[in-house]
Amino acid sequence: MAVLLLAEVNDGELALDATAKAVTAATALGDVTVLATGATCADAAAEAAKIDGVAKVLCAEDTIYGKRLAEPVADLIVSLAGDYEHIVAPATTDAKNVMPRVAALLDVMMMSDVTAVVDGSTFERPIYAGNAMQTVKSSDAKKVITFRGATFDAAGTGGSAAVESIGAAADPSLSSWVEDKVAASDRPELTSAGVVVSGGRGVGSEDDFKIIEALADKLNAAVGASRAAVDSGYAPNDWQVGQTGKVVAPDLYVAVGISGAIQHLAGMKDSKIIVAINKDEEAPIFQVADFGLVADLFDAVPDLTSKL
Amino acid sequence: MKVIVPVKRVIDYNVKVRGKADGSGVDLANVKMSMNPFDEIAVEQAIRLKEAGKADEVIAVSVGVKQAQETLRTALAMGADRAILVVAAEDVHNDIEPLTVAKILKGVVDEEQPGLVLCGKQAIDNDMNATGQMLSALMGWSQATFASDLDIDGDSATVTREVDGGLQTIKVNMPTVVTVDLRLNEPRYASLPNIMKAKKKPMDEKTPADYGVDASPRLEIVNTVEPAARAAGIKIGSVDELVEKLKEAGAV
Repeated sequence: MAVLLLAEVNDGELALDATAKAVTAATALGDVTVLATGATCADAAAEAAKIDGVAKVLCAEDTIYGKRLAEPVADLIVSLAGDYEHIVAPATTDAKNVMPRVAALLDVMMMSDVTAVVDGSTFERPIYAGNAMQTVKSSDAKKVITFRGATFDAAGTGGSAAVESIGAAADPSLSSWVEDKVAASDRPELTSAGVVVSGGRGVGSEDDFKIIEALADKLNAAVGASRAAVDSGYAPNDWQVGQTGKVVAPDLYVAVGISGAIQHLAGMKDSKIIVAINKDEEAPIFQVADFGLVADLFDAVPDLTSKL
Repeated sequence: MKVIVPVKRVIDYNVKVRGKADGSGVDLANVKMSMNPFDEIAVEQAIRLKEAGKADEVIAVSVGVKQAQETLRTALAMGADRAILVVAAEDVHNDIEPLTVAKILKGVVDEEQPGLVLCGKQAIDNDMNATGQMLSALMGWSQATFASDLDIDGDSATVTREVDGGLQTIKVNMPTVVTVDLRLNEPRYASLPNIMKAKKKPMDEKTPADYGVDASPRLEIVNTVEPAARAAGIKIGSVDELVEKLKEAGAV
């Protein structure tokens, strides 16, 4: 049985952690061929070839794949699909954009955010924001899957798979890239960080989010935010942790001024240690926190930052 | 230009979800149901396009059980012009898969010839995040997912998308499928006069067979369980104590 895995490549660079976690999930299904795409992808392909468990890497280098628009990437995957029973990817926004399109073109159902592989047709995935876990068995000849990174450990690197260049598929010319607004940051990436410090509505303003960022920097942590904080404009959308944002499972998650709505808990409850700081002792976040501190965050967070 | 907005009837987002004792799914009997929150944002956007003179007609479509007519009435009360209900299931526990919904929507799109389909990015019940992309694929159209800004200008639309690294703006050819994210707009509440008016707006009733679609599922549900609960932790009295506990746990 063969698996085609769409690597996460951004502007020619492999997102190693996201890709390696999906490789771990995919090796349970068969020999893994990684597909790297981009305007340039030789470096990304070479890096993917080192991930343990990867049998082969395909490198499709063409300007039409430069910004990973859904239509050309989906057409490319479909053109390669004949050889594979499973077509998989890490559950990133890029893959969530592309993979359902692939599934529909192949006339198969999609399985998104899979958290466990039971067998080659049977998979576990969260529904209702993780309030229930459902095991489903696919009757389709091909299975199209995204794997939720937070529940798989990244495969190691030490392998040396062969890299093969492949040509581009036809350009459907349906869409074009205009611009990316990506905030440059020296902090770790949210979904792969060992420590995450998140702020909620209780932080109160964009300016006051600096105390969250200071604590994060002290802990070498990524910064997250609740939906309420993002909706209020205190934090950018790519910081959102939750059902509709990012799902994280760091070793340490510090929730500051976050009440703990179901949709936020869905994004962080698999963290190893959860710390909650909130002045409302009834806040639901305390029901999942290993260590809860009922305190005013404006006193406690700077104090904590200085004492760590 | 016509705009089609698919809307789904789901468990209300404030309701605590409970699994059925036999593991066959989530208990939906006698539970408050509402329009999927992302679909509300899509309806709102479609109405704003009409108010801005960029759309002539807004058609809400729902695929599911007969009770989804309540969801369609909500869309009509918000300002949609008419509705199409595709009755594809009798039991409220029978969730219609995104692939089937996309095929049925393709049938609707072929008939209605809209310039734009506005979908919620995912339904908060199955969390699959697939229907819009699948419809776009079946139509051979462009797609723009996770939209936080949408500007339609003649033959193309400029869409800002919420992606992992921040925001991405793309231009897509019309007709297109756009799936909407949370920050595109804030949906309006339907006023009482509009709720009354909505009762008189037209609602067609169809079946999957009308569109030549076989609604049988591809995924068999093996079981549904509640996730293991996290053990309750402890309350800490001070920042100093917290620092000590974190050090003990090897977390810092």
